[in-house]
Amino acid sequence: MLLKHAMNGTTLVIRVAEDRIDAAGAIQFKERMRDLIVNPCDRVILDLSMVHFLDSSGLGAVVAVMKLLAPDRKLELAGLTPTVEKVFRLTRMDSIFTIHSALAEGIRNAG
Amino acid sequence: MLADRGLVIAMPDHALFVMSSEANAVRDGLRTALSTSPMTLLSDDDRGTAEIVLAEVLNNVVEHAYATLSGDIRLSLTLTQGRLNCQIEDEGLAMPGGEPPAGNLPDAVDLPEGGFGWHLIRILSTGLAYERLGRTNRLSFSLPAERSDC
Repeated sequence: MLLKHAMNGTTLVIRVAEDRIDAAGAIQFKERMRDLIVNPCDRVILDLSMVHFLDSSGLGAVVAVMKLLAPDRKLELAGLTPTVEKVFRLTRMDSIFTIHSALAEGIRNAG
Repeated sequence: MLADRGLVIAMPDHALFVMSSEANAVRDGLRTALSTSPMTLLSDDDRGTAEIVLAEVLNNVVEHAYATLSGDIRLSLTLTQGRLNCQIEDEGLAMPGGEPPAGNLPDAVDLPEGGFGWHLIRILSTGLAYERLGRTNRLSFSLPAERSDC
C-alpha cells in the first residue's frame, strides 16, 4: 500500500498511490495512515484521485482513520473517482466527511 | 468440481471464473473478470456497479462461508438483454438462517466501520436468491447492463 505524503502549510496531504483500497489492502492502509498522521498538522486531506475502487472494507478503514484523528482533527477527502463516490453516496458516509472535488480546492478551502 | 482456476469458460456473453478463497485471489479474479467479456461490453457506470457488488459478495464468501475452511469460488456471468446475470457458488459454510442478511444500513453518525456490504449488494442488485444445494452455496442476482457504445 503506497501512500505519499507532503505538508502544504499546516495541511498534511496524503495521496493513495494505488488503484484500489479493498479487503486485501484495508488493514495495511489503516496502519500506514496511522504512522503518517503522527506528523503535527492542522488538517489532513486524503487524496483519492488515483483510487478507482473502494469496497466496504476500504470504506471502514477510511472511517477508522477519521476516528484516529478525532477529536482535534478531521479527515477531509479529495478527488473521488466515480465508483468510489458511489460507495460513499450509497452508504451515506458522504454526509460525515468534508469532500473536495479536487485536491487544489481542498487545500484552498479549509474544511 | 472443476480443477482449473482462473478464466475457465470465455464466450462473448458468458464467462466462468474460478478462484481460491483468499482475499488476494478474489482481487485477482475480480480483475480478470473486469477485463474479460461480458464485463468489457458494459458501460463504465455499470461496470463500476458490478465491481462493487461482486467484490462484496466474493469477500463475504472468503470471510464467512470459508472463514474456517478453504476451497474454490465459482463466478459465472451471463449477459442477457439489459441485465448481467451473476451466480456465485462455493462449498463453504451455509448462510445462517438459510438466507442472505437484510443489509440494514448502519447510521453514518455512529461512524460505523462495517456493515455496509449487504446494503450495497441489495440496493444495487435485483432478484437476489440464495440456495443451499448439498454442500454448495449458490447466490444469484442480476445487475444493470447497458452495453457501451465504444
